[in-house]
Amino acid sequence: MSEIGLGHYLTLAAIIFTIGITGIFLNRKNVIIILMSIELILLAVNINLVSFSIYLQNLVGQVFAMFILTVAAAEAAVGLAIIVIYYKNKGSIDVERISSLKG
Amino acid sequence: MLAHTLFFYFFSTITVFSAIMVIVTRNTVYSVFFLILVFISVSVLFIMIGAEFLGMIMLIVYVGAVAVLFLFVVMMLNVVEQITQKPKRSGIINNMSVGSIVGAIIFLELLVVIGGWKYKGTFLPLSFTSTNSDLTNTHALGNILYTDYIHLFQISGMILLIAMIGAITLTFSKRENVKRQKYFDQIQREKSSGVSLVDVESGKGVTFDE
Repeated sequence: MSEIGLGHYLTLAAIIFTIGITGIFLNRKNVIIILMSIELILLAVNINLVSFSIYLQNLVGQVFAMFILTVAAAEAAVGLAIIVIYYKNKGSIDVERISSLKG
Repeated sequence: MLAHTLFFYFFSTITVFSAIMVIVTRNTVYSVFFLILVFISVSVLFIMIGAEFLGMIMLIVYVGAVAVLFLFVVMMLNVVEQITQKPKRSGIINNMSVGSIVGAIIFLELLVVIGGWKYKGTFLPLSFTSTNSDLTNTHALGNILYTDYIHLFQISGMILLIAMIGAITLTFSKRENVKRQKYFDQIQREKSSGVSLVDVESGKGVTFDE
């Protein structure tokens, strides 16, 4: 086994990012899974920032990872509020039925 | 270093497996559970490479707040029953091919980017932000977060406040037949409007008129 370096962490982040994007494409059940996929994508970005921060011996990466964490929390709160009020109005959060905007 | 390697492969395998399970599980509650597992494994990885503060914050914010919020909404909306009532796999099958191809291409592109990266330390670390060995990670992070990045820190606090106000405003609903407090009316009430003294003659009752 080789020593664990920057490349391993970046590969892990790439795998998680890809899984998140694939989740957005594959999911047809409900919107909550799509929100979780977005959380996975933000997590992959965080892994990238932290591993580069350790590799370059520069703490700014960790500071920005914390800001991304803040934005992720705010996004989850607002997104879930939108989902709740949508379910209250329409009675379903099926992705295929959400077509009011005719997109 | 062998222990580090073993632990990295152990936790990263758990992370990837759980991340796949998040998007393929049919039950949304299980999906939230696997999301929690992903967050815990990644926070362990963060702690392993020396970012202890972020690892702990990940545990608190993601597992403690975000994942519980997801779980709360999933259970409140009762989507599990809704799925079992309408079992159709056709949409998933149709999107499987396109989604897999797009995912594979994005992953290949990311691999190319990582493979082309020359591992040279050409970036000189800035002196005031470099990780000092005699400080703990939390101490060093606080040193630059509260001095050089104080404005960004406060702006992120404002973002959280706005998100909180937005979430409350979105889900607030005015209900009928609910008695609410009217603070000004209650405080402005005078003695003359609330109490009336009545002389009661003996042998007669008191009649109230509204």
